[in-house]
Amino acid sequence: MDSATSDLTGTRPPLRSTADNGLKIVIVGGFGVGKTTMVRSVSDIRPLNTEETMTRAGEGVDDLTNVESKTTTTIAFDFGRISLNDTTVLYLFGAPGQERFWFLWDRLFTGTLGAVVLVDTRRLADSWYAIDRLEQHGMPFIVASNDFGGPHHSADEVREALDLPEDVPLIDCDARSRESSKEVLITLVNHLYRLSFSARENAP
Amino acid sequence: MKRPGRDEDPDRLYTVTGGRSRSNSDAFDLVTLVVSESQPTPGMQSEHASILRICNAPTAVVEIASDLGLPVSIVRILLGDLHATGRITARHPRTTATAADRLPDPEILKQVLVGLRNL
Repeated sequence: MDSATSDLTGTRPPLRSTADNGLKIVIVGGFGVGKTTMVRSVSDIRPLNTEETMTRAGEGVDDLTNVESKTTTTIAFDFGRISLNDTTVLYLFGAPGQERFWFLWDRLFTGTLGAVVLVDTRRLADSWYAIDRLEQHGMPFIVASNDFGGPHHSADEVREALDLPEDVPLIDCDARSRESSKEVLITLVNHLYRLSFSARENAP
Repeated sequence: MKRPGRDEDPDRLYTVTGGRSRSNSDAFDLVTLVVSESQPTPGMQSEHASILRICNAPTAVVEIASDLGLPVSIVRILLGDLHATGRITARHPRTTATAADRLPDPEILKQVLVGLRNL
């Protein structure tokens, strides 16, 4: 890599020249729940940060006289990446679960394989909104409960507090641990596989 | 480290895109992998030249946005310019077996599982 390029890309190793299929998984959760920690635990690269802005009301109209009626939503998100084989690269996005984020969901996260809702059992109510929205978007997800060392809550208690359907997997994790975070992703992809396989079996 | 784009002067974003606020091509997914097909040329807009340098190896749209410190939507416009003139090619994500499928292709999910287990 020449120096002009590394000025731009920092120490990030380049992908293989054969890489041709980028996939997305989104980790959604409230502030401080460990999204970036989880991305960092499994990513091949140090997590990067970027943002997207969306102008609502009058979007796409290049009419500067109308500028005051527009509101701009800005969402920052972290991401990391895992090269799975010669061709497939999995991108992991840590996304804030707050209300304004969901205006950008379609634009940013269409085609996402599935989502992990990362929860802190001390603040379960923080994730209600995210779960509602994922259900509305028809986006398959699992719930991972990050261990913050507080009092242990049984899976049944967490499931009940989140009003989580039986078929949505719920697991405990430690977002700081690579093995544990990997297990979260495997649980999600197994869940997606079962959904996808049975949808195919049941297809006319 | 600077938080990309956060304190960006809107005038700069306006200049970068020549005043355009949306791209015709929502064709560029966040994880579309972009590859340069040519080297930067003298006089080329600096953001275009930077993209061509970054994309010597396949690079996702979201990585380009992060490297340039520009919002994703602006980067999509710049990529549209380069794509229209054949200076880059785009490798789009393939997740479903057919366009009508709502769920990812089991074969792709199997590949992901194998890859994750081998980490």
